[in-house]
Amino acid sequence: MLEIVLLGLNHKTAPVELRECLALSIDETSKVLKVFQESPVISEAVLVSTCNRVEILMTTEDKSDAVRAVKMFLAEFKKLPASEFEKSLYIHKGDDAVRHVFRVASSLDSMVVGEPQILGQMKEAYKMATLKKTSGVILNKLLHRTFFVAKRVRSETGIGDHAVSISYAAIELGRKIFGTFEGKKVLLIGAGEMAELAVEHLMRNKAVDILVANRTFENGVKLAKKFKGEAIRFEEITDSLPHVDIVISSTGSTDYVVTRKQVKAIIRRRRNRPIFFIDIAVPRDIDPEINRLTNSYVYDIDDLKGVIDESIENRNKEAIKGERIVDEAVIGFRQWYDNLDVVPTIVALRNKMDAIAKAEIKKTLHSLEHLSDDDRQAIARMISAMINKILHDPTLLLKSNGYHQNKSGYIDITRKLFKLDE
Amino acid sequence: MEILIIITIFFYMLSTAGYFAYLFLQKNYLQKAGFYLISVAFLCHTASICYAFFQSGHFPVNNLHQTLSMAGWTIAGVFLIIQYSFHLKILGIFAAPLVTLIVVIAARLPSAPHQADSVLNSIWLVAHVITIFMGNASFALACGVGFLYLVQEHTIKSKNHGFFFKRLPSLELLDITGYACIVAGFTMLTLGLITGFIYAKSVWGRFWSWDPKEVWSGITWLLYAALLHQRLTVGWRGRRAAIWAIIGFAVVLFTFFGVNFLLQGHHGVFTKL
Repeated sequence: MLEIVLLGLNHKTAPVELRECLALSIDETSKVLKVFQESPVISEAVLVSTCNRVEILMTTEDKSDAVRAVKMFLAEFKKLPASEFEKSLYIHKGDDAVRHVFRVASSLDSMVVGEPQILGQMKEAYKMATLKKTSGVILNKLLHRTFFVAKRVRSETGIGDHAVSISYAAIELGRKIFGTFEGKKVLLIGAGEMAELAVEHLMRNKAVDILVANRTFENGVKLAKKFKGEAIRFEEITDSLPHVDIVISSTGSTDYVVTRKQVKAIIRRRRNRPIFFIDIAVPRDIDPEINRLTNSYVYDIDDLKGVIDESIENRNKEAIKGERIVDEAVIGFRQWYDNLDVVPTIVALRNKMDAIAKAEIKKTLHSLEHLSDDDRQAIARMISAMINKILHDPTLLLKSNGYHQNKSGYIDITRKLFKLDE
Repeated sequence: MEILIIITIFFYMLSTAGYFAYLFLQKNYLQKAGFYLISVAFLCHTASICYAFFQSGHFPVNNLHQTLSMAGWTIAGVFLIIQYSFHLKILGIFAAPLVTLIVVIAARLPSAPHQADSVLNSIWLVAHVITIFMGNASFALACGVGFLYLVQEHTIKSKNHGFFFKRLPSLELLDITGYACIVAGFTMLTLGLITGFIYAKSVWGRFWSWDPKEVWSGITWLLYAALLHQRLTVGWRGRRAAIWAIIGFAVVLFTFFGVNFLLQGHHGVFTKL
């Protein structure tokens, strides 16, 4: 019986230097898969390599041989002594391997729990394995089940909800104020990675008209060009306040760039339309007192960090629900996997035939009242003999050992042909 | 007849349960269920009101039981319209329990109508009652939306995102919906007052008789007129508009009940037990 084995390392077990050394590019992956395909001890293989993990999922008749072969091959292929990475490797088999794959795809094992990229990366890895024909009946089923589980975890838990980056958290907040950013005007004061990221998010969400104010006007012009916006002079900030809806500030100024007085003066001119200040600077650019004015909202970097901490906490809480879904799925997969064994399949096949025969005999004899008991028994014996003869060859085939690589495939087809899984 | 009212209450209660489940579990199908259930309840309610109408031959606002039932019915109706046009999913959490409460109270009041008064058979009166009730229902919803606005604004300003932050919609949507409710309510109230005047003229021979109900209706009208005026001229929106929507509804409630119970006037018959 083939066994599912997983071996790999991730951000928890291996430092980034080691992960870098062992990470496989797309070309390398396809080469490695080819080698695994030719290996006599590995039946099926799927290979996932991302910046946070390398995972080798396979089925084999002999676990220890297969693990040794993979380690040796990796050491040789990456020109790195096995002793260097052996300690960082984890090796799971059976249910544990299945659970691990489910958890990874559901992003329960990720550095940032709930990040959505890993599922796509696993789909790519599986696609590659199917192209190279290294994935067989068992891994096909396992991976399909994996994608289903990951989707379920995402849709049934809040694991992907709640922003976990500063710029994204700011956008989510803005959404709760404005509903949509369509047609909203944005003023960017200063520059900086986080601030620019936030502006890009806003633009993707259909915010129009980006104004950029910078102490050095040339820098402002450059940045404005990037956002297809307009550069204004630092002194013009006050004049622009009545027209903008979102102000993102990130300057090195030691004083407040926008004060309460400035904003209070323009509220009436804005006809009370809400204005949202995102203050990413330390020390702060926006007077926190502005938050107390009507229809004005100020979030500084600590507030946003608070939001993120809350989000991470929420995601971890949701992850518990995710683990439960995974546990359920592992049990479900185990049932399918156990059925791939020869004996239960043959038994199930026999039982099905017997049940059909029994039902039909009963029906027929019911209308043949004139037959004697001996006659009836003769009919029953004949049918039983027929079943034996019919099942003889299929049973032999399933039991034979000459079909190593494909045994689970035959069993799977048998179960499907006769609908034994109901 | 009795059974129809029981079915109605049953569906209103189910709808309330659906919306509460939605509030806690955040599953969209719960909100949809709540909406369909309240729709069914509304249809049953409509049937029971029609029945009362045909049975007595006049518009069923003849005692407190019928008046409350009618109030619940119009709130449910206006809610369905608002919900349909603004998709403010969470509004049901306010509307469904309110309607349920009103209908349950109505059901517990004696339902024997007072002697049919020929006064109640004018088309103007029917128009007057329907428009006034729809206006009040809109104001009730505006009050609910205003309340949700204040809660959401508080969570955003206090930076302490708890239970409500993700459950309530954006401030903008709440503000627009509240505004729409007030515009609708004000229009209906205006129509209600006009039809009321015409009716008064036809029955008592004069448009205005300084009846307390009339005076308070006038005050209500002025208050909402001021609110709308301020919004259009200086942009009263957000928090202030929400607070005024709540105050406005308190005045509506007083006009509706308080005047009848505390003051005397020719509207007394509608809230007699």
